[in-house]
Amino acid sequence: MSIWEYANPRKFMGWTGRLVPVFVVLAAVLIGVGLTWGFFFTPDDYRMGATVKIIYIHVPSAMMAINAWVMMLVASLIWIVRRHHVSVLAARAAAGVGVTMTLIALITGAIWGQPMWGTWWAWDPRLTSFLILFLFYLGYLALWQAIDDPDTAADLTSVLCLVGSVFAVLSRYAVNFWNQGLHQGASLSLDKEENVADVFWQPLVVTMVGFGLLFVALVLIRTRTEIRARRLHALEARERMG
Amino acid sequence: MIALLVRDLKLAMRAGGGFGLGLAFFLVVTVLVPFGVGPDSGILGAIAPGILWIGALLACLLSLDRIFQLDYEDGSLDLLATAPIPMESVVLVKALAHWLTSGLPLVLAAPVLGVLLNLPAGGYLWIVVSLLIGTPALSVIGTFGAAITVGLRRGGLLLSLLVLPLYVPVLIFGTEAARRGAEGLANTTPLLMLAGISAGVLALLPFAAAAAIRVNLR
Repeated sequence: MSIWEYANPRKFMGWTGRLVPVFVVLAAVLIGVGLTWGFFFTPDDYRMGATVKIIYIHVPSAMMAINAWVMMLVASLIWIVRRHHVSVLAARAAAGVGVTMTLIALITGAIWGQPMWGTWWAWDPRLTSFLILFLFYLGYLALWQAIDDPDTAADLTSVLCLVGSVFAVLSRYAVNFWNQGLHQGASLSLDKEENVADVFWQPLVVTMVGFGLLFVALVLIRTRTEIRARRLHALEARERMG
Repeated sequence: MIALLVRDLKLAMRAGGGFGLGLAFFLVVTVLVPFGVGPDSGILGAIAPGILWIGALLACLLSLDRIFQLDYEDGSLDLLATAPIPMESVVLVKALAHWLTSGLPLVLAAPVLGVLLNLPAGGYLWIVVSLLIGTPALSVIGTFGAAITVGLRRGGLLLSLLVLPLYVPVLIFGTEAARRGAEGLANTTPLLMLAGISAGVLALLPFAAAAAIRVNLR
């Protein structure tokens, strides 16, 4: 039995129906534990004071914002190659979650930046690329909204997603070239000297796994909603015909 | 293909629109900027390369929805799709026609408008060079956007939302090349990057645009 069997809409509804509650509970527990641990049981940073604690929302949501785009890219490719309806619905579902995560990352970043850098917004490469990513999400979602025929919408948004991915990476490098930044480097690379201290690192990993599970759960729920909407649409169409 | 190019050029010139409108828009934007930021010639000179680039970009955007819309409505696009030349080359010719009628006039007008903005003396050459290298990329990217939105009723607004984020890298390298040139700094890197983007989109985007058109004609 191949892995594609699980993507058959009927089977998909079956196994996701059983898995979604598990993911939701796990995500809630992990995010709850991570945030409680992070907010109340870690010391204040010697430079940043208590504001450092927004990291537990900022970093995981930023990661999910990027992961959502990667998932859209993969799902769009699967749609173009195999024309699998569930896959393109999952891409649409991921876009909705991704745009929210991008917005959360931008807003928490602004709240964090105000006391630290003395400004809500700076045209720093990371911030700018995130804003551009947000615009890409908006364009993608707007294209979905604008087209009535589901297959045409799926094809066009997939093409846009592929082209957009190339340009998103290009913009990232262009923006790096354009301005040097305030933002700190990677917080979690394994090989670097400058890293987040262990006390902050452990709860952060817990919240990141929690956000990851939350992302999976949300995408599954939204995909299920899309499938149901599709079925409803088909039923209505059949009734009008009959 | 040449016949198609000639036809598109004729249509653009005779129907009015292409040439005049974009240039007039470019002029108006450039004239409005000093009202917005004040007549201080130092400030104007410093921001002139950026303003000229943004003006050219927006003027380019104006005429994008005409690339395929009329052909789609009167059915010529279906004929082109069944014609013996591949859709990819149709897209490329359309982009070329758009560049000749919108991009090239903007490049030629930019130094004249640079006078209005007190562009530094060293900047004239570089604004023309950077626009000359960059505007083909704007046309090709725009043609891709137009191909995606051709079947939509209210495509115009969506077109700008889709295309403008794609213009970001071109705009960054273009203005950077023009600005550094105007200030007398070395600008080989941004110029090469700009040329790279132009060459890349020229080679690859027609395939994506042709795919989008085929979907829209289905």
